[in-house]
Amino acid sequence: MFEFFKNLDRRWVFLMMGFAVIVPILVQVKFTETPTNLARAVFNEFEKLEPGDKVLLSFDYDPASQGELQPMATLFVRHACEKKLKLYFMALWPLGPQMIDDTVRNVILEEYNEREGVTPLVYGEDYVNLGFKSGAEGVIKVVVTNMRQLYTTDSRGTAIDDIPMMDGVKNIRQMDLMANVSAGGGGTKEWVQYAVTPYPDDITLVAGCTGVQAPLLYPYIPQQLPGLLGAIKGAAEYEALVNEKYNPPVPDDPKEAAKWQTRYERYTEGVRRMSPQLFGHLLIILLIVAANVIYFVEKKREGSS
Amino acid sequence: MKKETLIWTIILIFGAALLAINAATRHAGQVHVQSEPHDHFYVADELELPWGGEVLVARSATAPGTYVHPSGETMTLPPRSDGEVVELVWKDTTVRAKWRKVWKPVEEREEGDIALPQEDDSPDRKTWTTYNQVTYKEYVEATRAAGPDARTYSFSWTRTVGLWVGALFTLAIFSFLYRDNPFYKFAESVVVGVSAGYWMVVSFWDVLVPNLLGKLWPGMVKSWAMPGLDGETEWLYLVPLILGIMLVWRLAPKGAWISRWPLAFIIGTTAGMRMVGFIHADFLSQIKNSVKPIYFPVDSTSNAIYNKAGEIIAMPDSYLTIWSSLGNIIIIVGVLASLVYFFFSIEHKGIVGKTAKLGIWFLMVTFGAAFGYTVMGRIALLAIRVEFLVDDWLWLIDPLHRHAIGGG
Repeated sequence: MFEFFKNLDRRWVFLMMGFAVIVPILVQVKFTETPTNLARAVFNEFEKLEPGDKVLLSFDYDPASQGELQPMATLFVRHACEKKLKLYFMALWPLGPQMIDDTVRNVILEEYNEREGVTPLVYGEDYVNLGFKSGAEGVIKVVVTNMRQLYTTDSRGTAIDDIPMMDGVKNIRQMDLMANVSAGGGGTKEWVQYAVTPYPDDITLVAGCTGVQAPLLYPYIPQQLPGLLGAIKGAAEYEALVNEKYNPPVPDDPKEAAKWQTRYERYTEGVRRMSPQLFGHLLIILLIVAANVIYFVEKKREGSS
Repeated sequence: MKKETLIWTIILIFGAALLAINAATRHAGQVHVQSEPHDHFYVADELELPWGGEVLVARSATAPGTYVHPSGETMTLPPRSDGEVVELVWKDTTVRAKWRKVWKPVEEREEGDIALPQEDDSPDRKTWTTYNQVTYKEYVEATRAAGPDARTYSFSWTRTVGLWVGALFTLAIFSFLYRDNPFYKFAESVVVGVSAGYWMVVSFWDVLVPNLLGKLWPGMVKSWAMPGLDGETEWLYLVPLILGIMLVWRLAPKGAWISRWPLAFIIGTTAGMRMVGFIHADFLSQIKNSVKPIYFPVDSTSNAIYNKAGEIIAMPDSYLTIWSSLGNIIIIVGVLASLVYFFFSIEHKGIVGKTAKLGIWFLMVTFGAAFGYTVMGRIALLAIRVEFLVDDWLWLIDPLHRHAIGGG
């Protein structure tokens, strides 16, 4: 047995990890999230805003990191809709506009605009997709001073001057808040370096980032980055806050309850994805402990022989 | 046949049979759409007049001739020229205005609008259909109700094939965990090729066309690709065009050295820009961020979160004073200890050695946290692929109630 574990084929580890992730998803286990201060800070930055305030949403990610970042992107847009803010979307990653379109369809077109008693959001008046521009830090350096130098049209090819909500918008310093969803280079770090740091009084940035990036962004908190959602855990905490405040109570009627679920379950992606996290992490801890036990037992055996 | 090949063949056949049964009995892995026809007709020309943001709507039936200014004076308008910028002379001043075509959905047609063009190929009428993905539940309910909308719902072959290709490619990529194999290699090659192609096309249309060609030849780009584009030629953009041509010169059989000049320019400007960014945001700001008070008293009113109206929207945690002070102390100690570890001019002995060891502990905790976050990220990526397989493809779970038919 000892020899089996000592020379354990890595494919057994993959298989165990597969089960640790698949089983909680199939069983649909959910755990309650307790929001931490960083998620609260992101939530509060949105809460401070008034209806009609401008928020810039830069979606700097692609499908490869959708698993971690899509829940944050969805929630940023939902929170902005609930607060009736003006949404300005842009992307520093080539696949960002696709992510923007997907999120807009999922949140604004299929959910928010379909609610009864809500004034539907109109493209060009309430939200606009400015699309992708290459150059990462180069783009940031330009848009903090003159947006129109780079953005002559939106992602649909409409002239910027013909978009009502772009009237009077010269640069991103006029935004009341900036929310960034970042998967790596050309993302939060660059926004902090080239937008927030030179203009600390004009630009307030909150971000959602991948787990790999999170430790690199912690040094910017809170002076340069008031709020940060780190990986899926951050997304789940933020979800808990937004859902607690904005979800209506579940109706008693089963049919209405089913409709409620179809409508609002889309905002629980992060919480849903935390149960595989729990079991996956438990497995990793178990494997680390087992590997250390094997190492020390073997060392002891070598010492005694 | 080898024993291993036989086992995998049996697993594949068994899996394929289960998939077929699942698809046939539960309709799993099928995508349905609702078609939405759009029918717009050309209703008028708008001329944005430069004074007071006024918009003159000139019906095509009545060609614009004169316009009465609010001051009572009349002026002659130039003939309609769709989308073009025209020059208007008003009291010895030449101003620019833009004609724009206005389209309207047929269902919003009013009395007084121009006659609806009946020819299919009329330039004054545009018809198209969009297909919106619907859930299986919506599809079944609509077709069962057999209302007038029922015919707009249909099964989508193309999207279903797309879903299955996505699912099979996911499995092909996962198969690498067992061993490198042709399925994995094929899927990997397709992903690399498609990504490269996508990046190239997006960069061409989102960057090269509007930001280079559109700046140099706005008229041509406007008529060819981007009707919404405005502006005049900016000859300064010849510089990036020339640098760009020089950059691709390396593909030429002779004179590859020419590409070194724009490359040097790129490296120089990027290095300069990054250096400033790092010094400002990381070096100087991080020194500032590390200078923290050891005791950080938190006053509930001064540290509350206020909205613009001055109302409190969130109160600080009651333990914030303790935790903030403790956090600040840890940051200061951690920074100093880690810096001492990297200070090699003094031998790490005595108090210096102990502080350096503490610095190592802080570094190890940082690496551990980074590893933990990385694990979290990777598991989340695996989770979304698994969710895609078991929800969108196999319909084994239904968290959004999209597949279930009936009340829930």
